[in-house]
Amino acid sequence: MFAYVVRRVLYAVPILIGVNLITFALFFVVNTPDDMARMQLGARRVTPEAVEKWKAERGYDLPLVWNAAAQGTGKATRTIFFQKSVRLFVFDFGYSEDKRDIAAEIKARMWPSLALALPVFLVGLAVCISFALLMAFFRATYLDFWGVVLCVAMMSISTLFYIIGGQYVASKVWHLVPISGYAGGLDAAKFLALPVLIGVISGIGASSRWYRTLFLEEMGKDYVRTARAKGLAESVVLFRHVLKNALIPILTGVVVVIPLLFLGSLLSESFFGIPGLGSYTIDAIQAQDFAVVRSMVFIGSVLYIAGLILTDISYTLVDPRIRLE
Amino acid sequence: MPVVLVTDVLVWLLVAAAAGYAIYCRRHAHLAGPWGRVFRSPAAMASLVVLGAYVALGLLDSLHFRPALAQKADAPSAYASEVLSVLDLGLAQLRGRGEKTYSAPLATRSYAKELIEQPDGRQLRDFPRLRFGGAQLHDEADWAADVAQRALGGLAVSVLLSFVVLLGTKILKKKRPDIPWQAAGISLGALLLLAGPAVALSSVYHVLGTDKVGQDVFYLALKSVRTSLVIGTVTTLVLLPVGIALGTMAGYFKGWIDDVIQYIYTTLNSIPGVLLIAAAVLMMQVYIDLHPETFPTAVQRADLRLLFLCVILGLTSWTGLARLLRGETLKLSQLEYIQAAHAFGVRDTRILARHILPNVSHIVIIAMVMDFSGLVLAEAVLSYVGVGVDPSTNSFGTMINAARLEMSREPVVWWALATAFTFMFALVLAANLFADAVRDGFDPRVRM
Repeated sequence: MFAYVVRRVLYAVPILIGVNLITFALFFVVNTPDDMARMQLGARRVTPEAVEKWKAERGYDLPLVWNAAAQGTGKATRTIFFQKSVRLFVFDFGYSEDKRDIAAEIKARMWPSLALALPVFLVGLAVCISFALLMAFFRATYLDFWGVVLCVAMMSISTLFYIIGGQYVASKVWHLVPISGYAGGLDAAKFLALPVLIGVISGIGASSRWYRTLFLEEMGKDYVRTARAKGLAESVVLFRHVLKNALIPILTGVVVVIPLLFLGSLLSESFFGIPGLGSYTIDAIQAQDFAVVRSMVFIGSVLYIAGLILTDISYTLVDPRIRLE
Repeated sequence: MPVVLVTDVLVWLLVAAAAGYAIYCRRHAHLAGPWGRVFRSPAAMASLVVLGAYVALGLLDSLHFRPALAQKADAPSAYASEVLSVLDLGLAQLRGRGEKTYSAPLATRSYAKELIEQPDGRQLRDFPRLRFGGAQLHDEADWAADVAQRALGGLAVSVLLSFVVLLGTKILKKKRPDIPWQAAGISLGALLLLAGPAVALSSVYHVLGTDKVGQDVFYLALKSVRTSLVIGTVTTLVLLPVGIALGTMAGYFKGWIDDVIQYIYTTLNSIPGVLLIAAAVLMMQVYIDLHPETFPTAVQRADLRLLFLCVILGLTSWTGLARLLRGETLKLSQLEYIQAAHAFGVRDTRILARHILPNVSHIVIIAMVMDFSGLVLAEAVLSYVGVGVDPSTNSFGTMINAARLEMSREPVVWWALATAFTFMFALVLAANLFADAVRDGFDPRVRM
């Protein structure tokens, strides 16, 4: 097991290198640092000196991949590629446009993101599985039919609608919760209640329908027929046999997103003013803060790969038929 | 003077390809069968009618030109810098009747108070009458009667048309009794019943109100349809060749080719989608801003941005299809008929094209229709994040983005948001239902 995990982690290294190369190409080769400087300073009234100053302040005044003017190893390290891209591997993200340490910012913003994303994930999973079970239990009845119709309708509604509508009804009409904002500690609950609820509701449609098909597929299998033939009640068959086996694809499917919960949700965080990583990313995109976007791309892929590794491990934990070699 | 936008060309190419594919399907039983199953589903027929209405709007909006300016007879003809579409011609009166600012649906007075000069010289702060909305009314007390009269008039026409449709379905039912014409007829009738009063009222009122700069919301919504359709279809056009080529090659050749392709798609997949799109769009924005000379008109610039967004979306979302195709191809290449082809010395490219590709085509079709609705929804989100279409392009995303802050006004400006969400909901719901029917029709597991 340990050897397997080590090997999986080593497999992740070339992927991270690939991600790094892609971001490097996107941010420095497609557009040169000069372009970025002109963009940030405003394209019209920009002097070459201002561009040079902008680049020097941010360390973009180095050659891209090879510094012939430097001494010894400096030829490779005194370059934009080494300073800006390779350093990401040790989580050295540098500074944002407003001169703040990105790493510190990320550490501070991770927790509000998690405080929103984790409840959405857990409650959402519970609600969707229960709803799917309900539909599977009453399969081929009107309840099932209208359940599926409801799911398809809910899938077809934009997330933006849930957020804007929810904010309007709960905060403006009913005055139940503040419309946006955030506070630390226990006060967070009143700010998080609505975003969590909306996050759960907006996910119900697609997930429940998907879980329902998994349940139905499982119910068509031979062992279920055997269980019924033994005279077990339908509810026992469903909860003791089908649920357990159908949970395998469900769990392994959702494990991959667990690390990504740290990244938070772009939309809810920015609508509800929660100071998490999602709103940080949106702000960075809108302010065209390249350093922050680059860092978030890298962190996102690290977390995704962590999710893939967790998925593989979780297979062995929930399904005894799979053994890691 | 006709203006040919890149996305126009792609849209019409897609129409031609779809027509070609339809003819090909009719002649081949193995394809006509699954499509027949799709068309025998009532939900598919009903949603097809709705999709058809959207597509018609989108196609009319994909023929662009610059109107000629009125000039003296001997002068060389000059053209306006504004680019219009054929749809704009049809909606000329909706487009031309701009108000100053917000006004509620069917309103006769503006949303905001203004200083109005009375005939006797005094000034008064009141809601001014709209320039166009209800301008034909001398006395505003007649408003309710006028609205009711026009709406009923429109409704009468649509009821009449609905009867014709109903009659048509009866005749079609005799010719092809297996196809649920009734479902299609009901959905067409419902569309007509909605459209009739809307058209009748829109000649003198703003049926769905006006937005911040006084543009008719109904017009904006109709113009936004094209953007959604372009995003939903052109993206798949980008995604398909990449996904099909890499997916089947990985599954067929195995070995190092498989390793390399798997590496590429795991790497691309591991970058969170929105961030990759955001990074790419940011970079494109830098390019567009620094090279304004490349784009002769604002519409062409916006169009290129739309196309680029499609390309980016396509390049980030082919991985799912490639993975599915790889798995299926791995399975297929173990089968006897492929081994037989090998034994006969058939070349690899020929095996891929003749033996593998037709047998994975159902996966491609299903993926294509399933992706559509997700892409339409994604456009709205991306436009909100600021990495979507150009702010000057009409789209549901830009409509929502412009209107979302108005929910905090008193009284609430709800109509622009409601319109955008309703139009989007109808499109996505129809696409989802149709996609479900296609999946059921093509899934080999349900075949007898």
